[in-house]
Amino acid sequence: MTRDDDMPQATRRRFLIEAATLAGAVGIALPLAVKPASATPESMRAAIRKVVGEAPLNKGRVKIDVPPLIENGNAVPLTISCESPMTAGDYVKAIHVFSEKNPQPNIVGVQLGPRSGRAAVSTRIRLADSQKVIAIAQMSDGSFWSNEAEVIVTLAACLEGV
Amino acid sequence: MARALINAPAKAKRGDIIEIKTLISHNMETGFRPDNTGKAVPRDIITDFICKYNGQEIFRAELFPAIAANPFLTFYTVATESGTLSFEWTGDNGFTATESVDITVE
Repeated sequence: MTRDDDMPQATRRRFLIEAATLAGAVGIALPLAVKPASATPESMRAAIRKVVGEAPLNKGRVKIDVPPLIENGNAVPLTISCESPMTAGDYVKAIHVFSEKNPQPNIVGVQLGPRSGRAAVSTRIRLADSQKVIAIAQMSDGSFWSNEAEVIVTLAACLEGV
Repeated sequence: MARALINAPAKAKRGDIIEIKTLISHNMETGFRPDNTGKAVPRDIITDFICKYNGQEIFRAELFPAIAANPFLTFYTVATESGTLSFEWTGDNGFTATESVDITVE
């Protein structure tokens, strides 16, 4: 019986010691840590507005090819393609990619033309967190089309120390 | 000079859509990463990439810190005439790199 009475005390003592140590560590670590800047959805919206302006943003025509589950956010393969005949009269002018939770909303912006032949581009990107990736295509007639993809990241990029 | 790799077909039929792959060695320091003293490491990235086909611009990309180290880009173009594909990267701290490959169109 006495053993049973001792146990909670021992754990409570250990808990108190651990809590104190942790509080101390946090207190020391906080002033040193760089406050990670983060693109909130508002700043992403602002970045999108900068590209799109007042034009309406339509859904569709753009295809985002990105793995839904990423182990390492430091190099995420990303392919953006867009349905378009890519002729002199009807082509994709530009493709912009935005992130929701990276420190900066912009990921990449590419300029295409009728000589591209195919409106598709691949690259490798960094993702700081599980988030939504948005791609916007600007057509030669001035319309904007967008699509989004949800990505889950296990190991985040950029924000961890060396 | 940074090492760049270009993968483009040496020969193509007129009117074919060819795939061009480019890779350049660059660590793309984001400017958000803290070093061991807790200060952020200054940003050092490639900001622009341009591809020209016989001097005419066919592809341009604006890169941001969210591009992974050793920027890799794949894009397409229509093989119109024999000539040179030239590639140009520019970035922070006066970084520039150029590379070119020849293509024969028949």
